[in-house]
Amino acid sequence: MKEQKLQEYLQTTFATRLKRKSFLKYSALSGTALVLGLDACKKHNNNPSPMGSTTDVGGGDTGILNFAYALEQLEAAFYIKVNASFYSGITDDEKQILTDIMNHETAHRDFFKAALGAGAIKQLTFDFSSVNFGDRNAVLTTAKALEDTGVSAYNGAGKYIMNPDYLTLAGKIVSVEARHAAAIRDLLMPKTASFAGDDVVDTTSGLDFSRTPNAMDSGHPMSIVATANTFLTTKISANQLP
Amino acid sequence: MKAVKIIETLDTEINDLAFSRRQALNKGLNLGLKGLFAAIPLGLLFKPTKTYAATSSPVDVLNFALKLEYLESSFYTMGLNAGIVPSSDMAIISQISKHETAHVATLKSAITASGGTPVPEPQFDFTAGGTFSDVFTNYTTFLVLANAFEDTGVRAYKGQAANLLGSDLLTAALDIHSVEARHASEIRRLRGQKGWISGNMTAGLPAAIYAGEDNTTQGGVDVTTVSTISAAYIMESFDEPLTMDQVLAIAGPFIKS
Repeated sequence: MKEQKLQEYLQTTFATRLKRKSFLKYSALSGTALVLGLDACKKHNNNPSPMGSTTDVGGGDTGILNFAYALEQLEAAFYIKVNASFYSGITDDEKQILTDIMNHETAHRDFFKAALGAGAIKQLTFDFSSVNFGDRNAVLTTAKALEDTGVSAYNGAGKYIMNPDYLTLAGKIVSVEARHAAAIRDLLMPKTASFAGDDVVDTTSGLDFSRTPNAMDSGHPMSIVATANTFLTTKISANQLP
Repeated sequence: MKAVKIIETLDTEINDLAFSRRQALNKGLNLGLKGLFAAIPLGLLFKPTKTYAATSSPVDVLNFALKLEYLESSFYTMGLNAGIVPSSDMAIISQISKHETAHVATLKSAITASGGTPVPEPQFDFTAGGTFSDVFTNYTTFLVLANAFEDTGVRAYKGQAANLLGSDLLTAALDIHSVEARHASEIRRLRGQKGWISGNMTAGLPAAIYAGEDNTTQGGVDVTTVSTISAAYIMESFDEPLTMDQVLAIAGPFIKS
């Protein structure tokens, strides 16, 4: 109990990284629902900057779940903004889809926050000034990118997850993201092959994309981390993940 | 040998029983699609095939997946050949068909590369013994089954992920899994449904396909207690896995051999 009070004090006083260490210690004491390991607290000393310092998601399973949490925070924030003022000319069908997705992403976000407990990264802040929320095409194109990115991120992280329960959890979420991706793609290009288009599903193998957080290739000059950071005022890194 | 005989006898009896109940349901109770499978205990529909015991090595998992992909691939090929797909939906159904055929090839190579032998393609009866007799003459029925196969496929892959923990085979399985989810979303929307699964709402499909989808507890967390989002949305937010046995119980009526 004393320890907990100290952690709370530290939490309100010190910088993010220290906060996270303390949090993790607290987590070990009280136990969280998922009983996440402490592997995330090993390397937190690089790159300190005074304000808005980069938040590293950590390593191991905790790192992967925190990375997912960061992406879910991003998606939730985006759709909340979309729903706050729908683009003009929106149809009832589109409204329903965008409302549903907002609620799903928010549920994902809230789940990760609770499951990670004291091991969770902080609440991120966003800058969506690059998106014209009054424009249908801009909104749906951004949504498409976020959903496809989410799918490939979960797919790519899967094999680095050590705990089978976390893996199944990731599986439970990724298919919902893929359902979103298909619906959004169909809104952009109705009644075409785009919902599972050749740009995301390999035509020979029938496999969707999978990408690790920092991976770049010819088709993706920007990593998932870098892409997420274009919408973040508090940047994230995944230095302990591939 | 004795054991095999007993199993075969049981198999026959179980199938006869299932069949007679099915007939009874069709004739007497007229429950339609919704009630059909719901009313029959899963164990009776499940044909205990010898290939899939309780073990689940990576090759077993891939062969299980291959069987489902054979089913889907064959289903879409037959639907396209039957000429029932309206031109407005042709791009969609063709794309799905292309993927399912590719999945068969991908899984076969993965199984061989893993030192296993791909199971041969079973014979299918997409009417499920006459229950869906118009599957290739009525596009609505075709979409009902497409929906059933896609949502079941998503749950099937999810249920096997943990058996492929930490391997490249897992990545391949996940990369198929999300494609099936894209398909499921699209097919559901063609049917006027949401792209995502709402609780255990069956939308005219056998209840077994959506059993457990109304779960709100994830990773030990009752999500309703940590989120202001409604339970209905939380149920939609997480797709649930099915075990191999559950999946085979659903697919069983469509597999002749």
